[in-house]
Amino acid sequence: MSRPPISDLASTAGARGGEQAVSTAAASDPTIAAAARIASGQRHVPGALLPILHAIQAELGCIPPAAVQTVAETLNLSRAEVHGVITFYPHFRSAPAGRHVIEICRAESCQAMGGDRLAEHARGRLGCDFHGTTADGGVTLEPVYCLGLCAQSPNVAMDGRAHARMTPEKLDRLLAQARAA
Amino acid sequence: MTVAPDARGAKESAMNAPVTLYVPRDTAALAVGADAVADAIERQAASRGLAVRIVRNGSRGLLWLEALVEVATPRGRVAYGPVQPEDVAGLFDSGWLAGGAHPLGHGPTEDIPYLKNQERLTFARVGVIDPLSPADYERHGGLAGLRRALDMDAAAIVAEITASGLRGRGGAAFPAGIKWKTALEAQGEQKYIVCNADEGDSGTYADRLLMEGDPYVLIEGMAIAGLAVQATHGYIYVRSEYPQAIAVLQEAIARARRAGWLGDDILGRGRRFDLEVRVGAGAYICGEETSLLESLEGKRGVVRAKPPLPAVAGLFGRPTVINNVITLASVPGILDKGAAHYRDYGVGRSQGTLPFQLAGNLRQGGLVEKAFGLTLRELLYDFGGGSASGRPLRAVQVGGPLGAYLPESQWDIPLDYEAYAKAGAMIGHGGLVAFDDTVDMTRMARFAMEFCAVESCGKCTPCRIGSTRGVEVIDRIRAGGADRERQVHLLRDLCDTMLSGSLCALGGMTPYPVMSALDHFPEDFGAQPTEAPAQAA
Repeated sequence: MSRPPISDLASTAGARGGEQAVSTAAASDPTIAAAARIASGQRHVPGALLPILHAIQAELGCIPPAAVQTVAETLNLSRAEVHGVITFYPHFRSAPAGRHVIEICRAESCQAMGGDRLAEHARGRLGCDFHGTTADGGVTLEPVYCLGLCAQSPNVAMDGRAHARMTPEKLDRLLAQARAA
Repeated sequence: MTVAPDARGAKESAMNAPVTLYVPRDTAALAVGADAVADAIERQAASRGLAVRIVRNGSRGLLWLEALVEVATPRGRVAYGPVQPEDVAGLFDSGWLAGGAHPLGHGPTEDIPYLKNQERLTFARVGVIDPLSPADYERHGGLAGLRRALDMDAAAIVAEITASGLRGRGGAAFPAGIKWKTALEAQGEQKYIVCNADEGDSGTYADRLLMEGDPYVLIEGMAIAGLAVQATHGYIYVRSEYPQAIAVLQEAIARARRAGWLGDDILGRGRRFDLEVRVGAGAYICGEETSLLESLEGKRGVVRAKPPLPAVAGLFGRPTVINNVITLASVPGILDKGAAHYRDYGVGRSQGTLPFQLAGNLRQGGLVEKAFGLTLRELLYDFGGGSASGRPLRAVQVGGPLGAYLPESQWDIPLDYEAYAKAGAMIGHGGLVAFDDTVDMTRMARFAMEFCAVESCGKCTPCRIGSTRGVEVIDRIRAGGADRERQVHLLRDLCDTMLSGSLCALGGMTPYPVMSALDHFPEDFGAQPTEAPAQAA
């Protein structure tokens, strides 16, 4: 059955011959091509949306707004539904982070061991606030609510690797090492 | 991972039998340099011409001693810690491969009082075995529970769990047997077992230690749950902040499949159960069971109204047993040793053991698995060794961010679910965070409201709006002035609304830390000595 090509990609195009629209767009944009490949590979997994979003972010470093349409169409969801899921979860980002991401635990156990002081130090040293990135794009500063190392507070994670019993001096060394790498 | 003997290994051992050392690969050890320690041991051994075999075990839970290295000697495993890479040469110099004395030495691991005085049932193998070795797991009693369950009918397995008195260890303490019975009796072609491994509470890490240190016990527990309620598929929902746990579980599941412990023909008995890991995405609320199910379905983690209970209509609308990691990991032991063995630990209706997690400002933070009924004071001082800062301890938050702050006058209440509920507190997942006398309790109360505002799923008004209003009211109290008393009244009123009007525990229990701070530490809120009521929410 043939359908006319669709120019309006704004809503639930899955029900309106979306795959065709996706394949057309995928040919022109590498982001969309990657999203289309990942999404169509996992579309039959029950509850596929989170695994797909994780895979896209792992490959592209973020979930670019341009990929939302593709994912929505592949799963026969509305763009609003996919956008809603991406924005609900703090782990997903719509724009790329800096070259390195430092996450500082802000939860109670780390507060009991000087976590606030550590956070202040990081803000000052990086010259940006939480959710911000240094001017040179080198480091993004994020809060995290618990890394599960509460007996060794305060804790941070650099590019996903945890470091316990952190001090301002050790944090400076960690940042310097990351920037030098 | 176990090192397979190869030609080279055999030749070396002919000259010099390798000594086995254990260097944990738990995140708690990796975060203080365990990989570098393992490398340093390899290098030192090679340069000295000594044969060593390094096993990467889980953590013993003596977290102030990480990286804790153990040496297998003829008189048992001997502990050294905390070991840094630069300590390794000195340890070799003092003959640690034969258990030699060293300032970092602690003697035989099993004799360290912190460990010796525990009752490790669920954590019996954690830190002892190679977490990914199926052979190690079986050698240390693994699979006995599953084998017994395969000989029982579903109702008998459920009855065994009910008789054990096991209650949900995630915090709500709902009897596991009753949940399972509901799911067993629910009609449905497809049923699911879901493991809640979204351990987001500050001060808790027992789930993580278990998943990284003994993943097969969780897999076995879920398979038994599958047999008990006739579910054939399971999901472990792990938070994205736990990458090491995710990697260990995925590898363990793959190996369990190859060993025939999972799949279409469990242990050759014709029964089916398979399992997969799903990764969360940083939302605290997804630790709430219905929100977790929404997330697994690929949606925003918005809380569902109950009923229907998940056991009747859960994941994808199917009957679903959803239990915490520790609950499911306690199941194999109960099936193996019998309900009575487990039930005989504990007090009153709090039966069995709970892995308490000592955190915050304590000298000796770590995991203490004990029968219910001991006191906070014993945990804080006998195990925890008092504050890390050397200052007096002042407040202890028990049960995560939604748990009450307990002042010293409450540290002698026996740790059991009912006694804590009576005191306006909760044991929850067994995490405790200690604060010294520098803590400002108005800040902690404010943080509780702020955390609720950040993490609220937004479905119900008391939680979504109440938490933001709560931050504002506490800010006005902190500012002091003539209006203070009216604002305190307003805060109590607001907490009352959140407590009774919220859909789930996030909004419904955020008042616990807030009200306990206000009631037990009124001086921080600028109160005159006469005005504090006795009881928290």
